[in-house]
Amino acid sequence: MMKYVDEYRDGAAARQLADAVARTVTRPWTVMEVCGGQTHTIVKYGIDRVLPAAVELVHGPGCPVCVTALETIDRAHAIASRPGVVFCSFGDMLRVPGSRGDLLQVKAQGGDVRVVYSPLDAVNLAAANPDRPVVFFAIGFETTAPPNAMAVWLARKRGLRNFSLLVSHVLVPPAMAAILQAPGNRVQGFLGPGHVCTVMGTTEYEPIARQYRVPIVVTGFEPLDLLEGILRTVRQLEAGRTEVENQYGRAVRREGNPRSKGLIEDVFEVCDRKWRGVGLIPKSGFRLREEYRDHDAERLFEVSAIETQESSVCLSGQILRGLKKPHDCPAFGTQCTPQTPLGATMVSSEGACAAYFAHGRHLEAGRTGTHPLPLAEAIGGRS
Amino acid sequence: MCLGIPGRVTDTYREHDVLMGKVDFSGVVKRVCLEHVPQVRPGEYVLVHVGFALSRIDETEARRVFEFLEQMNQLDELKVPPS
Repeated sequence: MMKYVDEYRDGAAARQLADAVARTVTRPWTVMEVCGGQTHTIVKYGIDRVLPAAVELVHGPGCPVCVTALETIDRAHAIASRPGVVFCSFGDMLRVPGSRGDLLQVKAQGGDVRVVYSPLDAVNLAAANPDRPVVFFAIGFETTAPPNAMAVWLARKRGLRNFSLLVSHVLVPPAMAAILQAPGNRVQGFLGPGHVCTVMGTTEYEPIARQYRVPIVVTGFEPLDLLEGILRTVRQLEAGRTEVENQYGRAVRREGNPRSKGLIEDVFEVCDRKWRGVGLIPKSGFRLREEYRDHDAERLFEVSAIETQESSVCLSGQILRGLKKPHDCPAFGTQCTPQTPLGATMVSSEGACAAYFAHGRHLEAGRTGTHPLPLAEAIGGRS
Repeated sequence: MCLGIPGRVTDTYREHDVLMGKVDFSGVVKRVCLEHVPQVRPGEYVLVHVGFALSRIDETEARRVFEFLEQMNQLDELKVPPS
């Protein structure tokens, strides 16, 4: 029994919430969950299939592993291949394909690639290997910005000049605005990114809700969180309200975590960022501030011009923006699988295509709509 | 990737002038940086992401969805016609 986890997976409570959604809905609505972690829960527990057919969930761009630009992946591979370099990364970056193979192949060819649980572990590696450059691949959304900022801040404080970050941070609000501005946008309401908001708070979503007239319900990651987030979003849509609500109050405060925001401000600055499958989004990333240039791997390691090549079949760009679903892609589950991914949404378990594949949906030809299942079966609960 | 796991703080200490602690995730104990949840006390729960505590879990808020469900139950009972 895991406190604050298992009680949010209760099948009977989930059925109550799904029934409440069904009683609330009078017409079709399209709702996007922003985070890859939320997509994973939705597909794993079949939450989209216990909702009334009128509520369609589309899957958002919130998988940082998926959206890290191919150029950045290639740059990481070039740095990791250098003799002497210790290249540290979260485990889920190892299999992400660059233009020529992945980090596992770099390791097989002699690169010193190490998986760390935390960026702070990479700082300790730098202390233990003072004569070798130790590079940490700092990707992620706002959630991962405080630990990454803490790592480089601590390295500087400890005088570890051999520690650097290869930074490719991405930000959620500009991506939501880009989705809402795009021609053909279908998204009418958002389940907001719960863990991003533990850091940043919820206030930066208020102008988006106002300007684009969409409800945004900041939502957690367990089945009951998602169902309550959907219920609150649908209630707003039915009532014509467009407010920011916080479903995930046990972890998210309106102001976020002021200490984390302060450290991010000290270490990082906002920059334009290219997203894999989507393209350049203005002011959608973090890079290291000038004061930290001695710890910036992008400056320390000159990498020659990189020519990248993406698949022409892959629909991941449209899937990341909620315009298409994995089944709409001719390559899904055949030419494109987690072992041989063609694009962004298949490269990490939090990508929509990989989540659909992992839970057997590639075997269900043409099942693109919602198909109610008995909820206990779907949730696997104790009802 | 933005995975956050709730765990119970069992111990706190300072290392390189940074607040650290041991956090128990249902039997698996890990070292976690607590610098951004400075008020946390042993026995309380924090939300941990890549070895870093992002926020304290608010117990009152954690019960809210169940209270909401309980209210719905009571409303449903009121709607049942008397037999």
